[in-house]
Amino acid sequence: MSAETVPALQVRGVSKTFPTPEGGEVKALDDVSLDVADGSFMVLLGPSGCGKTTLLRCIAGLESPDAGEIDLRGERIDTVPVWKRRVNTVFQSYALFPHMTVAQNIAFGLQMDHLPKDEISRKVERSLELVRLTGLGGRRPQQLSGGQQQRVALARALAKEPEVLLLDEPLSALDLKLRRGMQLELKRLQQETHITFILVTHDQDEAMSMGDQVAVFNEGRIAQVGPPRDVYLRPQTRFVADFIGEANLLELDVDGAQAAVIGWGTIPGDAWAPDSPAATAAARTAAVRPEDVILTSGDGGRFPIIDATFIGGDLHAVVDVGGTTLSARQPAAHSAGLSTGGRCEVTFRPGSLRIVAD
Amino acid sequence: MKTPRGTGTSLKNFPLFGTMAVAVFSFLYVPLLFVVGYSFNSNRVVTVWKGFSLEWYADVLGNDDIQRAVINSLRIASISTVLSVIFATGLAIGLLRMARAGSTIAWSLIMAPLVIPEIVFAIGTLALFVQIQFPLGVDAITLAHTAFCIPFALLPIRARLRSVDLSVYEAAADLGANEWVIFRRITLPLLAPGIVAGALLAFIISLDDFIVSYFLTGAGGTTLPVYIFGMIRNAITPGVNALSTLLLVVSVIIVSISYIIARRKR
Amino acid sequence: MAKATKARAGQGSWWAGAPGLIYLVALVLAPLIIILIYSFLSRAKFGVGVRWEFTAQPYIELFYSESLSGERSFDPTYLQIFFNSVLYSLATAIICLVLSIPIALWIATRPQKWRTLLVFLVTIPFWTSLLIRTYAFVIILNDNGPINGTLTGLGILSEPISMLYTPFATVVGLVYSFLPFMILPIYASAERFDFRLAEAAYDLGATKGRVLRRIVLPAVRPGVIAGLILVFIPALGSFLAPELLGGGKTLMIANVIAAQFGASRNWPFGAALSVMVLVLVMLALVIFAVVARRSSRRGGQQSLESLL
Repeated sequence: MSAETVPALQVRGVSKTFPTPEGGEVKALDDVSLDVADGSFMVLLGPSGCGKTTLLRCIAGLESPDAGEIDLRGERIDTVPVWKRRVNTVFQSYALFPHMTVAQNIAFGLQMDHLPKDEISRKVERSLELVRLTGLGGRRPQQLSGGQQQRVALARALAKEPEVLLLDEPLSALDLKLRRGMQLELKRLQQETHITFILVTHDQDEAMSMGDQVAVFNEGRIAQVGPPRDVYLRPQTRFVADFIGEANLLELDVDGAQAAVIGWGTIPGDAWAPDSPAATAAARTAAVRPEDVILTSGDGGRFPIIDATFIGGDLHAVVDVGGTTLSARQPAAHSAGLSTGGRCEVTFRPGSLRIVAD
Repeated sequence: MKTPRGTGTSLKNFPLFGTMAVAVFSFLYVPLLFVVGYSFNSNRVVTVWKGFSLEWYADVLGNDDIQRAVINSLRIASISTVLSVIFATGLAIGLLRMARAGSTIAWSLIMAPLVIPEIVFAIGTLALFVQIQFPLGVDAITLAHTAFCIPFALLPIRARLRSVDLSVYEAAADLGANEWVIFRRITLPLLAPGIVAGALLAFIISLDDFIVSYFLTGAGGTTLPVYIFGMIRNAITPGVNALSTLLLVVSVIIVSISYIIARRKR
Repeated sequence: MAKATKARAGQGSWWAGAPGLIYLVALVLAPLIIILIYSFLSRAKFGVGVRWEFTAQPYIELFYSESLSGERSFDPTYLQIFFNSVLYSLATAIICLVLSIPIALWIATRPQKWRTLLVFLVTIPFWTSLLIRTYAFVIILNDNGPINGTLTGLGILSEPISMLYTPFATVVGLVYSFLPFMILPIYASAERFDFRLAEAAYDLGATKGRVLRRIVLPAVRPGVIAGLILVFIPALGSFLAPELLGGGKTLMIANVIAAQFGASRNWPFGAALSVMVLVLVMLALVIFAVVARRSSRRGGQQSLESLL
């Protein structure tokens, strides 16, 4: 990203607190900052209640941040009312106007811009083509399937060619097969229109497959931002390691330059990932993926196998290493002699351990 | 699997309930049918049947006083309906946005005319108008009816409002609509069936009202129910039956329309 | 006053309700306040309106009457009328209850598609004029009316019995007026009842009577309570039934109040009577709230709302 390019969206130090029904308050967003590159597909990922939807709504203008600033192409928008922002939203419940046809729904936003009638018709047609719903303009939302309704919601938001398109868990109501199809659709749409997409989801597979960048949220803060591969392979915090894919978390015993897994032994130098932070007394949680935990059978295995199940072509095993349970996954072909109740030896694939912050 | 002891083939049929239901339905409708039936009685003595005749309808419809009373009733009902629906729509929207304390107070105020015995409401408004020296008559009745009709208009409107997905308003704002545009193009059209139902209910309530109209009647002539009351009190002429039947028929038609509309929009 | 809930775009503000609230304050609250004030004022010279001299006389008149010589003695007339009104209203409520339970339960156990229509049929009489409904019984209970006519015609009676202008006629009129108010809440409760509970009881060997008494009726208790209140309170303040069907012999509170603003021309006294009625109504509502809270709270509220 060159220094000249202004990011499409910049969030700076945004905080938002909500009152709870019991009379207390909950901090939905805590000093959140994020840059979204122009023309990119950004995914906000996290468990429910982590603040990702709140941030989306602040960007849309449906909520007002208590502190901080949001800039669109360098200009402040957090003080601009929702109906004036060049940002449009696809709602989780689609929120289609039930008393209007599909075409009228899509035309609504264009009418708000006071465009001439023929131009509106043209744009509505184009939007329908874009989401592959040509010919359904005269139907009412109630007459459409869930997947079709979702595409209408998309078309309606895209018709205005906003600077940024916000999507609030758009695929959560769809069944699995439809969801996969729509993931590809959304990716295609984003690349075709070159509009900056910001999508909120709690589904990490979705985030990994669609996003150019993923921002992982936890309890009102961003734990990590980066391309999906990075976030998966190089988690920086315990939360990210645990939330994305599966991870084993090991509490290490650190003595000076040496770090050891309790009950296993000192960690060899090559087991560490090259860009992992150093193990210190203060930072001694290490993450390792199950596919990087290698089990071998044979005499002298120190560790009891709590469970060993063969699923597909892989062995999924749970091993007790010095009191900590480790998950391991490896091809069945390399797992002769490993069974529940037996014993095994554990090694770590080179470059697979990394220290994660708390 | 034990079979239940007792009569009736289905578990859902309790003994005699069906019979009693029919009896109660009859009890609800037969008295009205008597009124309708006697309206065609050619005998002057109301309750002794002599023969079929439409003379009382002709009598009643040609009567000047009655015509004036009908016009008064229609005028009052129309204006009360329009006003109460406008107030009720505003209240429905406002109630949704009020916090606990405010909405409880508002609800008490709205429901008050229904909870307070009508006689108290009637003499209360009488005292009010006398106190502020507002002339009694059609206008006074209209104002009182409006207050009374608000709760009836409100309930269908509010039911309709609550059935709308709240995100729809956010979506409209997101697409560029300000508050007024949202009200005009989203809220009102979505509320329309509820507003129509509420209007019909308010209209009937006003049309049928007796006690409030009775106390607020002024020099300009009375309303239809008050006129009928006078007829009953002074001397029961068969014309009363004809007039009552007409009022009955109008009420039933309006309620049926309201019911059909409600069923269609579902 | 009213603090707005979490502000959401496009849903309007609570200001929308302001005109309605102001109107209601002016035309519902203000009359009540004026009545309260009037109840402490003096009777006007020529009867219409009041004299602005504060006194407790109207309330004293509730219990005492003055003879021509100025002697005051306890007079239970009005207390008697209050008592009668409560009595008739209770009788009405109970009769309505007995009549309503079978029909409400019957409708609730019909197939879904019939229920809306049946409920609608129950509601129609409610939307017709109370005046006409009360008048109908003036015809029916008449000495020359259809009941007496049939009974004498069949030879069961040698001469017509006087049913009109009796407490009996008044109560019949009251029951007829307010029957839908009892049927609908009980129906609403019954509709919510999960019939599988009764099926489970049958499976365990209960008779229909037992199921009814021990399972179904307790389940519709919220509706029963709502219905009792919805009948009792309007019956208490009823004017037309005692007026047209009761003659001079069955006076209820509303008739006396009406007379004060009519022939008797004693507005402050009428106001005092109204205040007492309101107190009675408040009392009844408090009792309702207490009883309703002991059974399902939600059920009670829903029954009320479901009426309209």
